[in-house]
Amino acid sequence: MKLIIAYIQPHMLQDVKKVLYKAEVYKMSVTNALGCGEQQGYKESYRGIKFEVNLLKKVRLEIAVNEDFVDKTIDAIIEGARTGQIGDGKIFVLDLKECIRIRTGEKGNKAIG
Amino acid sequence: MKSLPLRTILLLIAMFSIPAFAESGNKSDLADLKQGLDTVWVLLGAFLVFFMQAGFGMVEAGFIRAKNTCNILTKNFLDFCMASLGFFLIGYALMFGDGNGFLGTKGWCLLGLEQTVNGLPLYAFWLFQAAFCGAAATIVAGGMAERMKFPAYLIYSFVISAFIYPIVGHWIWGGGWLSKMGFADFAGSTVVHTVGGCAALVGTSMLKPREGKFAIDGKPNVFAGHNIPLASLGVFILWFGWFGFNAGSTLGVAGGFSIARIALNTNLAAALGGIAAMATVWKRFGKPDLSMAMNGALAGLVAITAPCAYVEPWAALVIGASAGYVVARGVELLDKLQIDDPVGAFPVHGICGIWGTLCVGIFGRESLGLANNGFVYGGNPMQLGIQIVGSVSTVAFIVVGMGIVFKLIDLTVGLRISREEELQGLDIGEHGMEAYGGFQIFSTT
Repeated sequence: MKLIIAYIQPHMLQDVKKVLYKAEVYKMSVTNALGCGEQQGYKESYRGIKFEVNLLKKVRLEIAVNEDFVDKTIDAIIEGARTGQIGDGKIFVLDLKECIRIRTGEKGNKAIG
Repeated sequence: MKSLPLRTILLLIAMFSIPAFAESGNKSDLADLKQGLDTVWVLLGAFLVFFMQAGFGMVEAGFIRAKNTCNILTKNFLDFCMASLGFFLIGYALMFGDGNGFLGTKGWCLLGLEQTVNGLPLYAFWLFQAAFCGAAATIVAGGMAERMKFPAYLIYSFVISAFIYPIVGHWIWGGGWLSKMGFADFAGSTVVHTVGGCAALVGTSMLKPREGKFAIDGKPNVFAGHNIPLASLGVFILWFGWFGFNAGSTLGVAGGFSIARIALNTNLAAALGGIAAMATVWKRFGKPDLSMAMNGALAGLVAITAPCAYVEPWAALVIGASAGYVVARGVELLDKLQIDDPVGAFPVHGICGIWGTLCVGIFGRESLGLANNGFVYGGNPMQLGIQIVGSVSTVAFIVVGMGIVFKLIDLTVGLRISREEELQGLDIGEHGMEAYGGFQIFSTT
């Protein structure tokens, strides 16, 4: 079992969701995040004063999957979120020790699916 | 005790002035007083109609997504600025200047005009009319929300207030061919709302729907409004301002009976519009949707605008209720046709503007100042026929005129922003600033 964490551009979320659904990945958690990476910030201006916004809005996706879904999920996220520009985001893949479905008490692979 | 000297002085002034007034209380003094009273009334109306701009701003801001709020408010703000300029330089002359049946040709920049119009100072009349012009221009902002380039909007708002709106206005209020025919639009269901609503329809059809609004199978997705409290404040402000819009259009106080009836009719129609739209949406979708009830109140107001002076209170109830029902179904219809009108500008202002105009011919009374009795009083179809001609020609003129204007803007500066910018939001893309600085907006659409 793996936990896939992806930071993507917020406005690419719709596209990513579409591709994930196509790959039959329907379960995910989405949260707001702020972050900075290679993209640097962008310029805003307020009453004539320009300033750099350095911490950018991102969306954090968390998807727990069984081994056979890892590549599919990663490919889907890349397909949906990639524009080729700096700032497209990153994907982290972590080992997942355990997963329990609260309603039934099921554990492991069954609980994820 | 302190006020005793003051009282004495006032008493003395009164003693001397009352006989003086009575002696020289001739016609010119009374005429001055009447003109003064009428001027105050019309200026009060102008200020109220100006305040409707705030109402439009709040309704539109509340009904769209947070990421475009700054953009829609900038549009609402700047279109009144552009309308003021356009209507001063060119618009007033086209609308009210002497000319032919199609347009006026005198009075550019208000130069060379009589200083008194309809028994009012020219400048008071101008301000009142300019506020109307701004209202017509700003209706379109909502229909074309969340995806239009800002420079394109600036150009559009100047053109509609300098040319398009004044030409229709001349036909109906400036002594043009429709007014000669006997067409009646008391406060602007056609002049303001049909014009604004149809311009919004043309604009929003040319812009195409917002990204992701319609699924591939044609089903509409929900882009919920981000701030319902703001939208309801906006509707209340509009309702409040509408008393000036309709009752101010008498251009005078006279005996007071007429403005009282108009204010009452205005209120009844708005109330019934709200009730009918809520009932319609409740029955069809199971819940009393506030946003639709608010659209319904606005629909009632739009519909009563043309007939407000010519109808009895019972007719105002019928007109308001029917408009409320029509707007609820109109919003559904646009979704079915895959036309994306984010705030319902066309159902409210376009459809109900036309409906209100026709209501003059159905419920209007000769005894209340209309040329002919309406259809329900003796079955005379004359006035209804004239109203239909007026509505149809206005719609045709707007569809063709605004079609050309938007097409030209599209070919030069472009109408629609890039997909990337639309997804990110127009606040950052067009204005480089956010409406809710310091807040993290979580939006999945």
